[in-house]
Amino acid sequence: MSNPKYKWIGTRPDRPDGADKVTGRARFGADFNLPGQLIGKVLRSPHAHAIIKAIDTSKAEALPGVKAVVTAQDFPDQPNLIVPTGEMQVNLRDITRNIMAREKALYEGHPVAAVAAVSEAVAKQALALIKVDYKVLPHVIDVAEAMKPDAPLLHDHLLTEGADPPASKPSNIAKRIEFKKGDAKAAFAHAEVVVERDYSTQAVHQGYIEPHAALASASEDGQVQVWSTTQGHFQVRGFCSRLLNLETSQIRVTPTEIGGGFGGKTVVYLEPLAIRLSQKSGKPVKMTMTREEVFRASGPAPGGNIKVKIGAMRDGRIVAGECTVEMQAGAFPGSPVGPACMCSYACYDIDNVHIVGFDVVSNRPKVAAYRAPGAPISAWAVESTIDILAQQLKMDPIELRLKNAAKKGTKTAYGVTFNTIGMVETLEAVKNSAHYKAPVKHGYARGVAAGFWFNVGADSSAAAHVGEDGSVTVISGNPDIGGSRASLALMAAEELGVDYDKVRPVIADTASIGFNFVTGGSRVTFATGLAVVNSVRDLIRELKVRAAKIWKVDPEAVIWENGMAKPAGSNVGEFEPLSIADLAAQAGRTGGPINGHAQLNVTGAGPGFGVHVVDLKVDHDTGCVTVGRYTAAQDVGTAIHPSYVEGQLQGGAVQGIGWALNEEYIYNSKGRLENPGFLDYRMPVASDLPMIETILVEVPNPTHPYGVRGVGEVPIIPPVAAVGNAIARATGVRMVDLPMSPPKISEALEAAAPRMAAE
Amino acid sequence: MAKIHVNTTINGAPTEFLCDANQTLLEVLRDNLGLTGSKEGCGSGDCGACSVTINGRLVCSCLVLAPEAESVKIETIEGMADGDKLHPLQKKFVEMAALQCGICTPGFLIASRALLAKNPNPTETEVRFWLAGNLCRCTGYDKIITAVLDVAAEMRESAK
Repeated sequence: MSNPKYKWIGTRPDRPDGADKVTGRARFGADFNLPGQLIGKVLRSPHAHAIIKAIDTSKAEALPGVKAVVTAQDFPDQPNLIVPTGEMQVNLRDITRNIMAREKALYEGHPVAAVAAVSEAVAKQALALIKVDYKVLPHVIDVAEAMKPDAPLLHDHLLTEGADPPASKPSNIAKRIEFKKGDAKAAFAHAEVVVERDYSTQAVHQGYIEPHAALASASEDGQVQVWSTTQGHFQVRGFCSRLLNLETSQIRVTPTEIGGGFGGKTVVYLEPLAIRLSQKSGKPVKMTMTREEVFRASGPAPGGNIKVKIGAMRDGRIVAGECTVEMQAGAFPGSPVGPACMCSYACYDIDNVHIVGFDVVSNRPKVAAYRAPGAPISAWAVESTIDILAQQLKMDPIELRLKNAAKKGTKTAYGVTFNTIGMVETLEAVKNSAHYKAPVKHGYARGVAAGFWFNVGADSSAAAHVGEDGSVTVISGNPDIGGSRASLALMAAEELGVDYDKVRPVIADTASIGFNFVTGGSRVTFATGLAVVNSVRDLIRELKVRAAKIWKVDPEAVIWENGMAKPAGSNVGEFEPLSIADLAAQAGRTGGPINGHAQLNVTGAGPGFGVHVVDLKVDHDTGCVTVGRYTAAQDVGTAIHPSYVEGQLQGGAVQGIGWALNEEYIYNSKGRLENPGFLDYRMPVASDLPMIETILVEVPNPTHPYGVRGVGEVPIIPPVAAVGNAIARATGVRMVDLPMSPPKISEALEAAAPRMAAE
Repeated sequence: MAKIHVNTTINGAPTEFLCDANQTLLEVLRDNLGLTGSKEGCGSGDCGACSVTINGRLVCSCLVLAPEAESVKIETIEGMADGDKLHPLQKKFVEMAALQCGICTPGFLIASRALLAKNPNPTETEVRFWLAGNLCRCTGYDKIITAVLDVAAEMRESAK
């Protein structure tokens, strides 16, 4: 498959960082070292909720080989101020308390101190010598429990924002949000069919295979260098600047190759600690998390409780939708309940919608973004309920969705009116797919679900530099988490009219390119891609100026075509076309180095829609689910490098399958995580899965020169409900609590057995 | 405590190192010998990112004590390409986009090569079960499995 409109876009060349990544040469977070470096380790709270009465670090400091110890006292306190980060927002007051507990430890694994020592062994010994005097407090893990008036209170200052009437007493409910369109209450009264269900989901982890890692080197003159595995080195710089009162120009952050993030590496954990330890010790400090630390103390995605009520007419037209989402924020406010609410009904054109969300703190690690933050949770509930509706109306689930699908001009419950979108096209593509047309195999059942994500634009900078031989370096500032170097180089080559391998994409550190917002929100190929395209356009403008100088004509008389400067017409004069190499060779006589630059705040991210189909069977004795066939279809705008677009769909689908079937944070009665490892936190492995078929529906985004839409996040939204819907059709039992793991399915089947026997 | 002196062979080269009795092979490869292509994803043998072979047998180097490397032959990702020529599996992984972030890739390549050495004609199911000890969170495994099956077919063809 290639795109007939373009030479390079839509092709599948080798990625520029491919050889390095298959030979072990690529350097990820933990692969960076500096001469004389120390190893930093973190002491973490064993308690879910406790007052820190005192910390005695004297014995640890006295241990030979220990060079620095830090506690919250080593970090300035911060104002109650919200700043954006990735797809979420953080409060500086909270984030300084999250990187290092101050008054209280708020979850098991919460950092309370950190040491830097000559070796990991000495650092671990030192941790054991730090004495923390805790007063253990009652804790609360569950959202519903945390919302009760008599629940243990995490933050004395927390008044519910958005409460009506305004909150007068502190609680664990940080925020109440509401979206309204039409009059849902009145519409329900007229609906011919009403379906109502309660659902729950558990916290899940992003599960990147590379644990967090950072290396910091602070100099005596105040300058700091950091190497970090992050989705946003500019965010690392920004946070560290705030948390340590350093000017941003004094901090230079180099992003390492990143071993997965999925949203979880848009925040800081180790970096400020490593900098502070480096400042105190005068040596570089390297810190890495163990897998157990990753589970206990880095952002999982939230779980929550969702109530859904949908009203429809007998012909399948949905007339009203309600949704209430109570979502875990972790120990500090800031769950993705907003996007969960906004995405809940965004696939559909419904006149009357009422959505309410609650952001709830409890004694869990602070949640971080995870691929379409919040959306899989509300979609699981809404898409399951729509499936029940389809069953009750005896309608095909695709037909029901087509009847209600959002299209250009549909106004969402959160206020935005859609431009050109591909929900209908994606549903049609599934309807016409080989998979959907094939009969369901004996013993299997089929489930369908849809999903929506906004996609993000935001700030990007890029530069394009011509080398003296005419080859081109394209510089941008977003860590490449899944092949974005290739997609940026493809767009640059297309724009410039040169071969893909003449363009080398480079990811620059924070001191070497202008600001770039995080790799997240499915924004890099879209927004940074646009910055790259604009920087190449700026470069072409300059190349034309140089050709005009050589030809002694006006720059307007020069055109750029197939990688060459040419006279705009015969009236300009007879000139041989000039290649970039020709222009580079004469650059010294025409004005020096030839570069292009672009910086912009990108708007107009085209939303994406996905529809997934799964055939699965359920072992009625064990409750074990086997996925037999899976297809993910998505409106992808233009597939710049189709292999990596397919890869996003396949990877997201499998994360969603894991979320549906196995993954969950399990806490014991003391509020301690019981499964902080890959053995007990069961992510999908190769033998759990079939091939994941993909259908790329290309509905170009009208606001992007190449029609790009973000593609990374949508694919994790439909799978959870698609799997649940198939299980319901396979067993006759509707699962409403995640994960749909063997014990839970067994239990549900047993509970339903008398009813089903009676039927 | 005195260090232990170990004589071993890594990627065909005689190698000696000093280690503590409780150091893992992975730590020595990465920290003492600078062979950082083997990755630590879990340290508990669950993710396979540290896969190497010892005398041809696939192991998680995080579960091997460094002194056990005495007088064995270890193969790591750094020894997989032949000079500047990528191994067919390495080439195919790049061609078919069988990696996204790339952190699990060295482990998958070592494990896949071990599979094909043992079973040159694996079924899709056999590939999936052999690679079930290697976690990838990005790709959904699809393109990895396809790449391994493709290389197996090509290697059989060229062996004819």
